[in-house]
Amino acid sequence: MKPSVGTVATRTCEWLALLIFGTANVFAATPFESAAVLPPQNKIDGLVFARLQELNIAPSHLCSDPVFVRRVYLDVTGTLPSALEAENFILDRSPDKRRALIDWLLARDEYADYLAMKWGDLLRIKAEFPINLWPNAAQSYHRWVHDAIRDNVPVDKFARELLTASGSNFEKPPVNFYRAMQNRTPSGIAQTVALTLLGERAEKWPTNELAKLAVFFANVSYKSTAEWKEEIVYFNPASTNAGALNGASRPAVFPDGEKVKLSPDQDPRAVFADWLVKDPQFAKNIVNRAWSWLLGRGIVQEPDDFRADNPPGNPKLLAFLEKDFVSSGYDFKQLYRQILNSKTYQLAAIPQSKSPEAAANFAFYPLRRLDAEVLIDALDQITGADEKYSSAIPEPYTFIPDNLRSIALPDGSITSAFLEMFGRPPRDTGLESERNNRITAAQKLTLLNSTVMQKKIESSRMIEFQTSSNRAPADIANGMYLGILSRFPTAAETKTAVDYFQSAGKRQGSVDLAWALMNSTEFLYRH
Amino acid sequence: MSEYYFNFEKQRPRIGRREAIRRTLFAASGLVLANHISFRAFAGAPTARAKAVIQIWMWGGPSHTDIFDPKPDAGYDYCGPLKTPIETNVAGIRIGELLPMLAKQADKYSIIRSMTHGNFGHETASYIVQTGRQPGGRTVFPCVGSVVSLTKGYDAGYKGLIPPYVVLTEPQGRFDEAGFLGAKYKPFATGGNPAQTPFAVEGVVLPGFTDQHQKNRRELMHHLDTLAQALPEDPQVTAATQAENMAYDMILGNGAKVFDLSQEIPEVRDRYGRTKFGQSCLVARRLIERGIPYVTINYGGWDTHKENFQVMRRQLPDMDKGIASLIQDLSERGQLDSTIVWWGGEFGRTPKVMWEAPWNGGRNHWGKVFSAMLAGGGFKGGQVIGASDAKGEEVKDRPVYPVDLIGSIYAQLGIDPTTKLPNPEGLPTFVMPQAADGIKSGGLLKEIMSA
Repeated sequence: MKPSVGTVATRTCEWLALLIFGTANVFAATPFESAAVLPPQNKIDGLVFARLQELNIAPSHLCSDPVFVRRVYLDVTGTLPSALEAENFILDRSPDKRRALIDWLLARDEYADYLAMKWGDLLRIKAEFPINLWPNAAQSYHRWVHDAIRDNVPVDKFARELLTASGSNFEKPPVNFYRAMQNRTPSGIAQTVALTLLGERAEKWPTNELAKLAVFFANVSYKSTAEWKEEIVYFNPASTNAGALNGASRPAVFPDGEKVKLSPDQDPRAVFADWLVKDPQFAKNIVNRAWSWLLGRGIVQEPDDFRADNPPGNPKLLAFLEKDFVSSGYDFKQLYRQILNSKTYQLAAIPQSKSPEAAANFAFYPLRRLDAEVLIDALDQITGADEKYSSAIPEPYTFIPDNLRSIALPDGSITSAFLEMFGRPPRDTGLESERNNRITAAQKLTLLNSTVMQKKIESSRMIEFQTSSNRAPADIANGMYLGILSRFPTAAETKTAVDYFQSAGKRQGSVDLAWALMNSTEFLYRH
Repeated sequence: MSEYYFNFEKQRPRIGRREAIRRTLFAASGLVLANHISFRAFAGAPTARAKAVIQIWMWGGPSHTDIFDPKPDAGYDYCGPLKTPIETNVAGIRIGELLPMLAKQADKYSIIRSMTHGNFGHETASYIVQTGRQPGGRTVFPCVGSVVSLTKGYDAGYKGLIPPYVVLTEPQGRFDEAGFLGAKYKPFATGGNPAQTPFAVEGVVLPGFTDQHQKNRRELMHHLDTLAQALPEDPQVTAATQAENMAYDMILGNGAKVFDLSQEIPEVRDRYGRTKFGQSCLVARRLIERGIPYVTINYGGWDTHKENFQVMRRQLPDMDKGIASLIQDLSERGQLDSTIVWWGGEFGRTPKVMWEAPWNGGRNHWGKVFSAMLAGGGFKGGQVIGASDAKGEEVKDRPVYPVDLIGSIYAQLGIDPTTKLPNPEGLPTFVMPQAADGIKSGGLLKEIMSA
């Protein structure tokens, strides 16, 4: 954190003035809720609130500005707002500031970093066992995915390039789609395609359905070259997987039952890609994943387990998002923008209803522990520490810059003990459930009592700044709260902190305060 | 597949007719695992001999011909300067000359000289040796430690504060140990260095912090946890509180005492060797005494592509001291019978030395044949299973595949091989592979197991 807090004293006066003279916008029962009344913002809200009303479930209050700034930074960029960014947003009085912040965040580099991390999980971007992309290929594949997200390439085009690419794993990055799986038989590929691009578990399909889909991948072949670990993925008309070639066209069936003739000189992957991007299930899969990333659970849950006996909790909502996404030209940022601007997304995490159906119908924003990568980046951002990564790869050595953030790691094989402990997905299967954000006692030991954490806090430049000058204890508390929790402390919290400084001393008191805030639910969980 | 450095199956010489007949006669060689049901003979809690496993993982692949399978007659290009193996306390068993202490304990352990899987890549070989499976498909299987954690850990009534699967001191990172079982069954890695005082087990022992200070700051944290106070019934909050309470039971309670090596008399600590590995062996003994069922000592530094013999001279005395003292100590305390000590790495090393630069007397990876060692837990000592050929390059007799060794360990632990492993995709997965999996087997190690 930059020591920008020199202005905090004056800003605090402004903030107090807001409190005393200002709008109801600043105060609610907790620092997490806002008493402001926000009308439904778009069609999403109409559909969500209609369903809630049907079920007689009261939605939460609107979340407060400090909660919003923190939430939207974490959800869109995987990055904590700095103290200054949080403060500026909280004190900004323009009525449209939430919308403006959303647009600004969607244009940040960290948006692409963070979403490339999520797509990296789904696409299993990993150099080593059991995926074995090899370091150069993992790097180039990640770069390609990252840039596509940054440039907001329409998702149908993105999927088509993954499905139809041919060439070298080093030079044509999307061919790695066909390499990033243990089982490279036609049915293995079909299974991966179903999971990644349709959100369906082919192993739950009737047995012959998978074989039908596999036909489209029967001509995928692999060959090595003289270059070490280079591999060419190509359309092989003579592949033995495709059965005898007699010049006649082969019949094939798409997963929705539509029939097609494959001519022998045609790469069936392209035929499949044409069908796929027009299939409603393709768009449903994408919008449902996006929804689950922002709202903590899918409209179909698990988000990659669409099937007849696992229906969507709100079918109209899913249908609307799907149609809207298609008519936008598969514009992912627009999809995110729609969801982020909805009142639904901006509800507080404190439920107003005890109905067991409240969560599945998005009556409140659910608590989720920060992703391993996001958490370590946040800790390092506050304390100014760097994370050391290791890679089991003996050679060629992957260069890992010192200040590389965890969300930007290109390769699942590059890791650290912290990331492993906090449930970073191994990228073995591409299932969303591989990421494990459940808290464990071992994680608590690390956060509460490890030398790693203690060193980060004690050598923190922020604490050095806070305690170096003649700053009043209340100002120290303000600065720490803004830097760590993205908000000002309440009066009661300030008093607790100031009392603690008196008994423990300013330096030790500050270290302990930083430690306490970094171990709070508010810090460790999206809320 | 590209990460295979060398394909063993393709290059393996065809066996002669006489050899083929011999193999048929002995029937155990190189068969595909017929049926996991055949392991039933050993299944069930009543026949459980062992309660715990100490796995000494020789990360990198230790040189079999310099350690448990010396070949002094193969000539200088094979044994280099280590050409005079030593006699052990079991007549007829000789081991590498840098292992004098282990030579005095040979009656308590058995050596397998015919381990094989044919893979030459670290990651894949690590996976095969520790899961008994072949890579492929979408499924990554759990390693032995995670399976033991599942079958002997919290789900099976284990109540200890220390997790049931501990790694001293760093995880391997070669593959995801728990596989599809998930993070719950991953090992707890201690971090720190047991040769230092105190052994700062990450998260458990924080040097320089008094209990009073711990209590004060914990109280501060509770006061300031405003969101948790607003959401007392949230399942995430209650789970976190539970985890926090367990953590403080460790920090402030007696849980951490097991890592306090100052409770051991100095002579005992000296005997193990005052090194990271030596003291890790001592900690491992203390952990299994407290009921932890699976401890891995992750012992690196065996990937000796360069200057193999210098590394052997530097490291083998450390290994010798640690393991020999561990076995002796367990035996004297009456714990060896219920504790399996499993020594081995992902493969062995090229028996023929590469004298040229840049290797300067190095050895590469070798998956065709390598060694493993087993002691305790009901396994007989003083035996040698299988043999490699005159130069240590091929299996000569009685191939032992990783699945055979792992299956034997499960049998001694009383783990039913047909136990279902919970699979997130609902696939039928079991502790041991099934016939349909096509895993090669040479049969359980009945030679050293008492049925």
